[in-house]
Amino acid sequence: MRLWRGRGLTLLAAALLTAHAARAVDPTQLPDPKLQARYETLTHELRCMQCQNESLADSPVDLAADLRHEVRDQLLAGKSDEQIRSWMAARYGDFILFRPRYSLRNAWLWGAPGVLLVIGALASWRIIRQRRVLLAADPQPLEEDNRF
Amino acid sequence: MNRFLLPLGLFVLLAVVLATGIRNSPEKGLIASPLLGRPAPQFSLPSLTDPARQVSSAQLKGHWYLFNVWGTWCRECRAEHEMLLAVSHSGVVPLIGLDWKDSDEDARTWLTQLGNPYQAVAIDRNGRTAIDWGVYGAPETFLVNPQGIVVYKHIGALTTDAWTHQILPRVTASASRS
Repeated sequence: MRLWRGRGLTLLAAALLTAHAARAVDPTQLPDPKLQARYETLTHELRCMQCQNESLADSPVDLAADLRHEVRDQLLAGKSDEQIRSWMAARYGDFILFRPRYSLRNAWLWGAPGVLLVIGALASWRIIRQRRVLLAADPQPLEEDNRF
Repeated sequence: MNRFLLPLGLFVLLAVVLATGIRNSPEKGLIASPLLGRPAPQFSLPSLTDPARQVSSAQLKGHWYLFNVWGTWCRECRAEHEMLLAVSHSGVVPLIGLDWKDSDEDARTWLTQLGNPYQAVAIDRNGRTAIDWGVYGAPETFLVNPQGIVVYKHIGALTTDAWTHQILPRVTASASRS
């Protein structure tokens, strides 16, 4: 029991430490938990333009902090997620969005998997049909062929 | 022969698509500005040299200008300064500075010691205006035409190459037309 309690404390301490580490870059707390959740999603979806493989939420640089403030202020002003994303993209380009948007320019990229799937389905359908015809035309079943 | 034609064709097509992609890809780390071809962001900020005055985009309408984002904390800006002075001496296009998240005192000292290439310098203390211009590092330089449209953006220290091949032709072409 004592041992267990000791472990529980260690776990609690570890949990608190990691929670602290997660908040170290960005201690922002919004008054409304719903807004806070949207804030966290948005800052994770937006790229830090200076350290380009990090999100705004993870980046300690100055510009990321400024852009997080911007996200917070716009959320508090009642802007929608889409409005905030567009605001960012109007300044920094679609590159700032980790989750790319559908547009005419990249439509072929979005459509390509579907096109490839259709091509694959057509090809396999043709192969299956050809094999079926061959099988029907075969006068000797496979088992008989294999006899010594 | 015929059965190899389709895969070969697909391979050539793929090679062409990838080759054009690689050839047209910008230098690593340089991101095309969505501002190109769009109106320059509006701003009205206190002037560094005369805090009682404002520097605003409205005043700049009607002629070409180079909008240069800098700060005394930025080492590349120090390297760029000689080039800016040369641009200023040429008298081809005025330089408008944006002192980005800097100390006014440091910035004034910098200009007195190194020379002031700017026609006016706006103070962007909180960095809001730089964000409106999509700036993600200093120095960055934008060329804005008399209609207030951003026509060119240079990322990093301004180079002689960018000046002679990108900026000068645009400004002089418009000057000879009018």
